[in-house]
Amino acid sequence: MLKRALALFLSCLSLMGTTSLGADGDDPSMGGGLTNLNMPKGVTEVSQVAYDVHMLMMWICTAIGVVVFGFMFYVMYAHRKSRGVEAANFHEHLGVEIAWTVVPALILIFMAIPATSALLKVYDTENADLDIKVTGYQWKWQYEHLGEGIKYMSEMRTSIDEIEGREPKGEHYLREVNQPLVIPVNKKVRFLITGNDVIHSWWVPDFGVKRDAVPGLFTAAWARVEEPGLYVGECTELCGKGHPFMPIVVEVKEEDDYNLWLAGKKEEAALYASTIGKQWSHEELMSKGEDVYKISCAGCHQADGNGISGIFPALNGSSIVQGPADGHIAVLINGIAGSSMQSFADQLSEVDIAAVIHYKRNTWDNSVGDIVQPIDVLNFKTAQ
Amino acid sequence: MAHGPAEGITRWLYTTNHKDIGTLYLWFSFAMFLTGGFFAMVIRAELFQPGVQLVQPEFFIQMTTMHGLVMVFGAIMPAFVGLANWMIPMMIGAPDMALPRMNNLSFWILPFAFAILISTLFMEGGGPNFGWTFYAPLSTTYAPDSVNYFIFAVHIMGASSIMGSINIIATVMNMRAPGMTYMKMPLFVWTWLITAFLLVAVMPVLAGAVTMMLMDINFGTSFFNAAGGGDPVLFQHVFWFFGHPEVYIIILPAFGVVSQIIPTFSRKPLFGYSSMVYATAAIAFLSFVVWAHHMFTVGMPIAGELYFMYATMLIAVPTGVKVFNWITTMYRGAITYETPMLFCIAFVILFTFGGFTGLMLSVAAADIQYHDTYFVVAHFHYVMVAGAVFSGTAAVYYWLPKWCGRMYDETMGKVQFWLAFIAFNITFMPQHFLGLAGMPRRYADYGLQFADWNMVSSVGAFLYGGAQILFLYNVVRTIMYGEPVKEAKVWEGAEGLEWLVPTPAPYHTFIRPPVVTSSAAGEDEWSISGATPHVAFKAAPGAG
Ligand code: HEC
Ligand code: HEM
Ligand SMILES: [Cu+2]
Ligand SMILES: [Cu+2]
Repeated sequence: MLKRALALFLSCLSLMGTTSLGADGDDPSMGGGLTNLNMPKGVTEVSQVAYDVHMLMMWICTAIGVVVFGFMFYVMYAHRKSRGVEAANFHEHLGVEIAWTVVPALILIFMAIPATSALLKVYDTENADLDIKVTGYQWKWQYEHLGEGIKYMSEMRTSIDEIEGREPKGEHYLREVNQPLVIPVNKKVRFLITGNDVIHSWWVPDFGVKRDAVPGLFTAAWARVEEPGLYVGECTELCGKGHPFMPIVVEVKEEDDYNLWLAGKKEEAALYASTIGKQWSHEELMSKGEDVYKISCAGCHQADGNGISGIFPALNGSSIVQGPADGHIAVLINGIAGSSMQSFADQLSEVDIAAVIHYKRNTWDNSVGDIVQPIDVLNFKTAQ
Repeated sequence: MAHGPAEGITRWLYTTNHKDIGTLYLWFSFAMFLTGGFFAMVIRAELFQPGVQLVQPEFFIQMTTMHGLVMVFGAIMPAFVGLANWMIPMMIGAPDMALPRMNNLSFWILPFAFAILISTLFMEGGGPNFGWTFYAPLSTTYAPDSVNYFIFAVHIMGASSIMGSINIIATVMNMRAPGMTYMKMPLFVWTWLITAFLLVAVMPVLAGAVTMMLMDINFGTSFFNAAGGGDPVLFQHVFWFFGHPEVYIIILPAFGVVSQIIPTFSRKPLFGYSSMVYATAAIAFLSFVVWAHHMFTVGMPIAGELYFMYATMLIAVPTGVKVFNWITTMYRGAITYETPMLFCIAFVILFTFGGFTGLMLSVAAADIQYHDTYFVVAHFHYVMVAGAVFSGTAAVYYWLPKWCGRMYDETMGKVQFWLAFIAFNITFMPQHFLGLAGMPRRYADYGLQFADWNMVSSVGAFLYGGAQILFLYNVVRTIMYGEPVKEAKVWEGAEGLEWLVPTPAPYHTFIRPPVVTSSAAGEDEWSISGATPHVAFKAAPGAG
């Protein structure tokens, strides 16, 4: 750490001399970022107009600042008592007072014009080529390709060991997910954004899209990305303790690749449907269940199943967990109203739900022994 | 006849004296300032490096929430109420506040409010963890149980603020000395009068917001619960209808302080007194009609976005008028740079800088990129810390000799100023870069590309914390060992009735109102009975 502080100090020095600098070495843990001073220009029309009006405003403010502060510093220097000046006694001048009301007002009108046209761009959501539904969950995103029947969860992949410093931080620390959103290049993609539990906000700086994901409300934003590649964003509305840990990664593919990917996804879905009816073994369910538990439940109920007293109940020894399977399935499918225990019906597949239930019933101090099958979950769902 | 204060602790518990209550408010606010500052140190220590080191993310967001709440409601607002208590009666020639018993009450409920609020940190499930803006449903359906204590604390703070403001309004309207017409009142009194009206108007709205939360949480209503037909966005409208005027509640008294101090050390009357009054009123009015500029990303209809964008930009006009007036006050003055003046000059520069970023934020299309990033954090610290806190510090150095009859050590004052000024900029300037580069606010952890500027910012924050300890030291040292001051008019260029009363200000001042006569040159001359006439206003402000 001392080493880093020293490197930082040196790169600060080099920043003074040159603008292309320093700390962005090869070692990613050396950080860098001293050169990241400005808003990215981005890869969509909206991000570019946002960038342009940002720069315009910045230069206008700089110009006003130079004039105002320049005059102020002159006054501070020239009208010091220590130079022997006598204070004047005037305290009004209608002319200048009118001038410095009217001139700023005119500058504002001048600013308002590009500001308005930029905003019209942001709101131009008509005539989209495809629609993606984006849903914010505590603490992950769900993407649905509307009309294609494809829907998946996107969760951060950075491990808790990296976060808590037991393992070195990788190059993509906090910026990696298990399944990025995939969209085609040069197509007008409309995002229909909503929230499931609390308010989140879906932000991809390079697209110039930031939109709050509010439960019960759908709003639209759009992007036509001009370059294929990986784009990273973040959740920007405080949504609880996992707020920094629900990054957004968007993979923009050439149209052909996108279609291939879509076809692959559809095949996967069909394959999955065929496994739902199969009888799963104890071992299969336990290993799948453990994975699901770590990703979807441990954040609240903790890896050891003991929860956090006062907020998240222990599942270890819980009577619901060890009770009849149906009661347990009901908690996962319907959630618990008025608490942060949400419904997992749309987030997890039937297989995942069955696996995690089976896992919890047979780990830690719990040992129920029976087997909960995916088909039980499906039956429960259809019976509702 | 004029009896002194009671002895012992009961002096402070039962006091109805505006100076005692002012002192209580000021010390309370400083204690809260250090408490909130401690929370900030926890935040910056955790953000010193990427990764989770010192505190868990859950506790981290409790810290950000508490920091914001304690600083806004516990440090800045009571500080200016304290200044108002001390100075307004002395500035308008009144013997005390109009409603002294209510004054006692409005102070003494505050420590309870904050004791309740801070105690939530030790409750099962933790303290409030939803940010100082406490957006529903994170603060309702998903809140820890302690949220009910938070709501109660906010109610008490609101009651305290409303009582305090009613008192100020009643005092200014009824207790001015004969001849102290509205347009002769010092600007500090004006800005507080307008602030008090803002407070009376919006604190009930805040109370409404938290009451709706209380109902949603405990009594099954669904104001903000989408599942029950409510609307989470409604919460934000209600909150910001309070919240935006609130930021002007914080800054207007600061404008008043600066408008007192700059003329003193420029040895020249305030330029554009009446336009200052009108600009303050204009800002106050506009502050009611711009609230949704905090909500540019919720997906309002475009007409709404455009309206709130234009209205917000408009605020720059009266704000600009104020800045120009201050600078023109200095123009052709005979300026000296004592500590209060240094803080005021830093105020003008840094506040204006924050105004520039405010103007940038008002452009909705660009705000989509800035919103909820560190750019916004930098913006409001430039206006609230370099604005309100710097001017509050200036006010303490400026009036301390009058309060306690002792002079602070100028060198130590300057050391504190430069430390605070430099550390402030090291802390918050990089946050602009972090925000533009994409770092969201209220993050307990961040990607590696943000590591370096965060480290710089944390170092600055620790230095800034140190500057506050130095401030405490300076004040305590002055009170105990400072050079005694005898002159009623402590500063050569000072104007106003508070400089007419002896130094240190006796326990009771203006038991008989000061008398104003008109000199041959048409200037107001104020005197207190028994003393030789003393020219308090060279040229009556606004009379010219
Ligand atoms: C966002 C935090 C959170 C997540 C993630 C979460 N839970 Fe919960 N869970 C809760 C809370 C809070 C309760 C208590 C609700 C109540 O009773 O008010 C709860 C209750 C439960 C209960 C009932 C326990 C009892 O004894 O009352 C079960 C079973 C349960 N959760 C299972 C799960 C499973 C399985 C997962 C992962 C798929 C999961 N939870 C993920 C917060 C969470
Ligand atoms: C020229 C004057 C100003 C303008 C145009 C302005 C504009 C804005 C805008 C548009 C935002 C919202 C940014 C966002 O969240 O995306 C904002 C945030 C904020 N401003 Fe200002 N502002 C001005 C002055 C002030 C002053 C004087 C204060 C207080 C002393 C202040 C305090 C704040 C605070 C606290 C926030 C953040 C609130 C939060 O989300 O926690 N601003 N400002
Ligand atoms: Cu979030
Ligand atoms: Cu505002």
